[in-house]
Amino acid sequence: MTERTRKSTERLIEHLASEAVPVRRLPAPALRASLFLLSAAALAALGILLFAKLPMFERRIADPKLAIEVAATLATGILAVLAAFELSLPDRSARWALLPVPTLVLWIACSGYSCWRHLVVHGPDGWAIGESAQCFRFILVLSLPLGAALLLLLRRARPIAPVRVAALGALGVAALAAFVLQFFHPFDVTFMDLAIHLVAVGLVVLVASGVEALALRRD
Amino acid sequence: MKEQRWSRLMAAAQEGDRAAYDRLLRETVPFIRAIAARRHSSEDRIDDVVQDVLLTVHRVRHTYDPERPFERWLAAIAERRSIDLLRRRARRAAVETSDQRTYETFPDAGANREGETLARDELSRAIATLPPGQREAIELLKLRELSLKEAARTSGRSIAALKVNVHRAIKALKARLEGR
Repeated sequence: MTERTRKSTERLIEHLASEAVPVRRLPAPALRASLFLLSAAALAALGILLFAKLPMFERRIADPKLAIEVAATLATGILAVLAAFELSLPDRSARWALLPVPTLVLWIACSGYSCWRHLVVHGPDGWAIGESAQCFRFILVLSLPLGAALLLLLRRARPIAPVRVAALGALGVAALAAFVLQFFHPFDVTFMDLAIHLVAVGLVVLVASGVEALALRRD
Repeated sequence: MKEQRWSRLMAAAQEGDRAAYDRLLRETVPFIRAIAARRHSSEDRIDDVVQDVLLTVHRVRHTYDPERPFERWLAAIAERRSIDLLRRRARRAAVETSDQRTYETFPDAGANREGETLARDELSRAIATLPPGQREAIELLKLRELSLKEAARTSGRSIAALKVNVHRAIKALKARLEGR
């Protein structure tokens, strides 16, 4: 180290030390994730009780394949949110990013199987776009406030690798939205309807990670 | 032993103990340098990483959990900042070339040394020899006269890092031009 840089590093340290006001430690990431998930669950429950068509949901969920798919969607949402909170801290292993992968694969596989079965049963009619535009809007619109709230919470850790934190957070939020959507799905889905759920989730992840990465990076 | 001491010092710093914080940062500089030196060979760049890491530690000091090892927390930050500097350099190298003659208007060196262009030429040349981080800070803040906020947006660096870099750049330029 040259004399010049030694001095400038020293001055920097003096400056930082002079600014060292007390800080509030962040609570454990699992606790923060749980608080977020509980709040989201409370809001979702309220919306479901008020507006959802529960008898239809009960009929549909009796199909074990759909039950697995719905469970995998929910698990992907929860695990991705937890991983995002863990990874927002500097010393957490990058392997946390793999946490939601198994359930995500299961979800995509179930969805893919349903799509294929639907095509086989309905033939060319299976391609028709049912009410997927609504589903698409539902996932995007629900992801927006959830994502904004999550972004604010994640920002408190000022992540040093913001992009993967943003991508995981967005996956979590979009999966949660896709899960809630299941309660509002009164109709027989078509191939396009099922595919469109995953497309919407992918879009949320892409857009949100771009936006969140920029926002997190500005700190 | 050292690990536990650093952990204690950081916990005290989180509570606002400035002396503990000052001591901790000073003690960790060699540790950060060693990590930066694994990816960077130039002294200037290693120093850039060290200062960037110190600034980051300051910004994220509320994320340290005293129950967990401090060295690992610090090493993760140092590692990330070393890689960030490599990436920034790679991005810059992809769009920029450096040529000593860029700043000359005539092939004959003497022709460039007329009247007032002399000082400007000298300065341009001196700026060109600065390390990339410092050069960028000078160009954005002093030559293009952007505000700190705009410069931070343009360069993707933090305001604090820009301040440090511009300060170091001016000192380096002064030393270089006075010594000509």
